Amino acid sequence: MYDFEYHKPGAIDDAVKALGADAEAKALAGGMTFIPVLKQRLAKPSAVVDLAGLGLTGIRREGNALVIKAMTTHREVAMSSEVASAIPALATLAGNIGDRQVRYRGTIGGSLANNDPSACYPSAVLALGATIVTSRRRIAAADYFQGMFTTALEPDELITEVSFPIPEKAAYAKFPNPASRYAMVGVFVAKTAEGARVAVTGAGNDGVFRHAAMEAALDQSFTADALKDVTTPESLMNGDIHAGTAYRAHLVGVMARRAVMACK
Amino acid sequence: MAQINLTVNGKAAHAEVESRTLLVELLRDHLHLTGTHVGCDTSQCGACVVSVDGKSVKSCTMLAVQAEGAQVITIEGLAAADGTLHPMQEMFREHHGLQCGFCTPGMVMSGIDLVESHPDGLTEQQIREGLEGNICRCTGYHNIVKAIAAAWPLMHDKQMPQAAE
Repeated sequence: MYDFEYHKPGAIDDAVKALGADAEAKALAGGMTFIPVLKQRLAKPSAVVDLAGLGLTGIRREGNALVIKAMTTHREVAMSSEVASAIPALATLAGNIGDRQVRYRGTIGGSLANNDPSACYPSAVLALGATIVTSRRRIAAADYFQGMFTTALEPDELITEVSFPIPEKAAYAKFPNPASRYAMVGVFVAKTAEGARVAVTGAGNDGVFRHAAMEAALDQSFTADALKDVTTPESLMNGDIHAGTAYRAHLVGVMARRAVMACK
Repeated sequence: MAQINLTVNGKAAHAEVESRTLLVELLRDHLHLTGTHVGCDTSQCGACVVSVDGKSVKSCTMLAVQAEGAQVITIEGLAAADGTLHPMQEMFREHHGLQCGFCTPGMVMSGIDLVESHPDGLTEQQIREGLEGNICRCTGYHNIVKAIAAAWPLMHDKQMPQAAE
């Protein structure tokens, strides 16, 4: 690992300033991706700004929304009674990220800022139409994700919390890579007042995406059967040594049907 | 260089480290606590698991500076001063929960966290899922799972409830 300056500010404004003053500075949340990246010398930041001192943890109900602060860990989301009663699918999703040690340290804000194309959280944020609240504005999920490892965030902009509208019901089904536990294919299905929403992670060749054909079919009938003739274009799929494009396209259908059946 | 202060195995510890120093490097190279192992160095194998403020974490995936002020417990901190083993260590011995022993420090630390965070009972399924972050290259999982299940009644001082979930 290359050496860097370490800062641990105590206020959001100070963290934003530290990141704004130095184009090579990077923010550190839980570090479950960032520290391995540093160890492999895939990044060479001049400074690391640790966000652990900003008081950004906590989960609350706000009207018809569930609001999760950015530094809340996967473990905290998985164990939260507030999450379990409002959006149980989100607790299940968080409880199956990585392994136990990753869930103790990894955070929702870190996962969303990184936007790994195989991460679980982006599918929930997109399917539920969540709002990403940052140090300077509110960003709709549809505008936030801009392709693999790319988001609408500016270099000195920090996620402070994520606001999830509470759906009628929802579920997440993941086919995990047996070694990494990342999603080879993960599908988040939600039934909302505005209609059905389906978001797919792990499978797309440009990151998380909504599946319009599945949403239309589920608006006709919110059943697994309604999806049996809906196909997913192979041209949209990522293919790698773990799974080819045809297999991933097939798995999208299987995971979507499982998610619909598990909706609650 | 950063000055850091933390508590390791109940004793105050101080070290001067670089920002890039990992917690496992602080423990092994600065404090000479070499019971915590580095197996893969890619955050996957769990041989480096230690307890930080009561949570099991991979010490190869945490910076030493992030542990400022923390309570850290390593495998060296488990046995009593007179050498009496921690119940988890004793059950690993009793059930032969190791072959080569390299992954054992991490397995024991993860096992303790699993038992402590399931006060109402712990199923075999929960133990196996709870060990997803610990890899045993000798494939000795079966006896490791048995050892952790056997430590549960000793650590909670009561019988394991039937069909606990």
